[in-house]
Amino acid sequence: MTGNRIARIVLFLFFIALLATPFAMKRISAGRDADHSKADAKTALARHGFYLREVSHAAGINFVHQSPKLDPRLDPIMPEVASMGASVSIVDFDHDGWPDIYVTNSAIGSKNALYRNMHDGTFKDVASELGIADVNQSGTGVSMGAVWGDYDNDGYEDLFLIKWGRPELFHNDQGHGFTRVTEQAGLPAWVNANTAIWFDYDGDGLLDLFVGGYYSEDIDLWHLTTTRIMPESFEYAKNGGRKYLFHNLGNGKFEEVSTRVGIDSRSWALAAAAADLRGSGHPDLFVSNDYGVSELYFNDGKRFREVGEETGVGFAPKSGMNAAFGDILNQGKFSVYVSNISEDGILIQGNNLWVPKEGTAGDTLQYQNLARDFGVELGGWSFGAQFGDLNNDGTLDLYLTNGYISLDRNRSYWYDFSKVAGGNSSIIGDAKNWPAFEGRSLSGYQTKRVWLNDGAGEFVDVAQAIGATDTYDGRSVALVDLWNRGVLDVVVANQNGPLLLYKNTVAPDNQWIEFELEGTASNRSAIGAEVTLFWNGQQQVQCVSGGSGFAAQNDRRLHFGLGKNPHIEKAVIRWPSGKQQTIDTPAANQLHKLKEPA
Amino acid sequence: MSQQITAPVLPPQAPVQRKPLFRIDNRYIAPAFITCILLAGHLTFGILESYQKTLLAIVTSILLELILGRIFFHKWVHPASAYITGISVGILVRSPAFWPYALCSAISITSKYVLQVKGRHIWNPSNFGISAMLFLAPETVASLSIQWGNYLLPMVVIWILGSVIIWRLRRFHITGIYVASFIAFAFLRSWMTGSPWQSEIAPITGPMYQLFIFFMITDPKTTVRSKRGQCLVVFLVALLEMILRLYQIVYAPFYALFLVGPAAMLIEIWLDSRRAIAGHLTVAS
Repeated sequence: MTGNRIARIVLFLFFIALLATPFAMKRISAGRDADHSKADAKTALARHGFYLREVSHAAGINFVHQSPKLDPRLDPIMPEVASMGASVSIVDFDHDGWPDIYVTNSAIGSKNALYRNMHDGTFKDVASELGIADVNQSGTGVSMGAVWGDYDNDGYEDLFLIKWGRPELFHNDQGHGFTRVTEQAGLPAWVNANTAIWFDYDGDGLLDLFVGGYYSEDIDLWHLTTTRIMPESFEYAKNGGRKYLFHNLGNGKFEEVSTRVGIDSRSWALAAAAADLRGSGHPDLFVSNDYGVSELYFNDGKRFREVGEETGVGFAPKSGMNAAFGDILNQGKFSVYVSNISEDGILIQGNNLWVPKEGTAGDTLQYQNLARDFGVELGGWSFGAQFGDLNNDGTLDLYLTNGYISLDRNRSYWYDFSKVAGGNSSIIGDAKNWPAFEGRSLSGYQTKRVWLNDGAGEFVDVAQAIGATDTYDGRSVALVDLWNRGVLDVVVANQNGPLLLYKNTVAPDNQWIEFELEGTASNRSAIGAEVTLFWNGQQQVQCVSGGSGFAAQNDRRLHFGLGKNPHIEKAVIRWPSGKQQTIDTPAANQLHKLKEPA
Repeated sequence: MSQQITAPVLPPQAPVQRKPLFRIDNRYIAPAFITCILLAGHLTFGILESYQKTLLAIVTSILLELILGRIFFHKWVHPASAYITGISVGILVRSPAFWPYALCSAISITSKYVLQVKGRHIWNPSNFGISAMLFLAPETVASLSIQWGNYLLPMVVIWILGSVIIWRLRRFHITGIYVASFIAFAFLRSWMTGSPWQSEIAPITGPMYQLFIFFMITDPKTTVRSKRGQCLVVFLVALLEMILRLYQIVYAPFYALFLVGPAAMLIEIWLDSRRAIAGHLTVAS
């Protein structure tokens, strides 16, 4: 056998090995990433430390979301343009110490619901009697989300309703009802928004409001004057809705100051969240945009500076649909999770887990995307996600819902979607150029992800094993200890689908601690306050949020899992006013109610 | 895509009348062009998710070409062709992972040395590599489609530059026939399916097609020799692509070229061998 022939045989084998490599990578990835087995509760509890059971009907909740029906000219692609609006936010609106649930509906004439916690495992919808149900009337647009914050510091959380249409502000009348104060507050007549958050950007003790527009605000989606309403580009679109920053003047009125303070963008915002990422004492603002790059605004208390590109989060454009903060490595630093689209063989954007780079902090803070390394990259057409310690083992896990449009299981719209999406802006920007949906699915019927954090840089998907087995078109996720048991339950709002309550059961030997904060010099909701818990030689920071994830708001109470036999050293509270408070050796397995010291 | 633009087979030059002041070796034209596309795309739209991934694709491609060339041809092969393969992989492959970039380059280059008939490789290397990756690793790999903006100006610049260069390389007829066929078939599809004609035209206005029409289908090493044959083959590529599109195959152009290109090459090789035999017989008789 000649040397050349041997070389040819070796080359051939090498070529075969190259072609076989994807299969090998797939096997390695499958072995590492997920526990796909459907386990019973006992097995899940033993293996993963918790399991979820869907209890919405038993809890008296039978809410089904309805999508909007927009201008008839959009009928051919209605499933796509009307694909959002299901949202969930957690609030203890009546201050009884039990979290309640507010969910939005999106068809004209449909009703939103406020589920009052009845303390016995059930909920009762009281939205109609309190005046915040019938908010999707013809001519006023429909709900897309809701965030709660005590803007007048009277001790009761008020409601801002995010809409495609007329945004609404409702004052909470001490838990007995709500008064519509939209006009008095000075809010705009029409905004097509999908995200808003409460935060006190200037530290004056009054909650301000950020609202991120999606469609341009001059479009009435029910009465179009043109079909040129779509994004001009699928990755670099700048023809979305404007951004608003409403500065709270303290007399029930708000002043719009976005441009004046440095927020001037027409990206298609879908999610926002705020936290002090640099330790500056001021909350920074993260905005996830569809059809473009994410934006990160550093806040010096008076002005914002957009630093997405220089910090690394705003370079590669994707389809941002989520913004959630979590101290995933127990290092006292927030990472940011942004969800995007992944569809096998067509579009693999991958979700982003922005982790602060070693050695960077303050104004030089930089992020790197470690979603692949941590195993939280691929989640289908991902929407809402939240960090929370689901098994109380002391590390933050990640719950992700997904699925875009579930219609005919056997026919997909992906071909037509990809065909048009890559075309020239004059083609994709006009809805009439889009092929009709004709009942096809687009990334529908997707399985969810519940990623358990091992604390050492790896997340494992256990959704099927622990009972998160639904395949609805998930949009919004909120985490909350619904029944004051020391565990985080999961509430999921689905587009055109039911509201799901996943009741959590956690292995009893894992302990926990919770904090409920009330500001005095700071805003009374304590939104923006940080608690850093030190135990067993580690620390974890969490922040009271005025909205995070996708169209969602977690409970304002902060929940920390502690693992087994915890030795808690201290809890350090940094209030938005700048005050710092230390609680030495707080007891585990308790909710600690803390008021900002004078 | 790569090879042939690197080393196009040009007809004999007419006697040079006067020496130009500045003359570019044809082997460098295509690499220079594709580099310009890459830089323009990246500087204006940031098409590269990371420089490292593109660099990995290029380095893998060139290294493997040098090694295999040394082993099988006993010489250091000019790296221009491998450079185009690598850069094409770097642009067209979209994956959050690193390994697909190296693997795609490796498959592309190795295919040239393995998939040969009578000393000619029959698949365009990057077309083979990308098609293989899309088929074998769809959960990790997609191709450039919606990325890179959707604006007209960058496309017009690429069209003008690309046309000039392809014209200079005397292969404009391939691109021209393909584009004309695609547009005609787009209207036919629109009529057949009821989809807006704009949606059928849309793909060719996107970035993926610019690389496809200027680099892949014009590759001299993997296209037939006669001009008429080239026109027929590229028309057949467009025809098969249209059929695949009717079956809603997202990467129809890649797969159409993957199937038609080698078939045409095999037919040409078979005809060549028949002619050769006939020639021998004639000489013998």
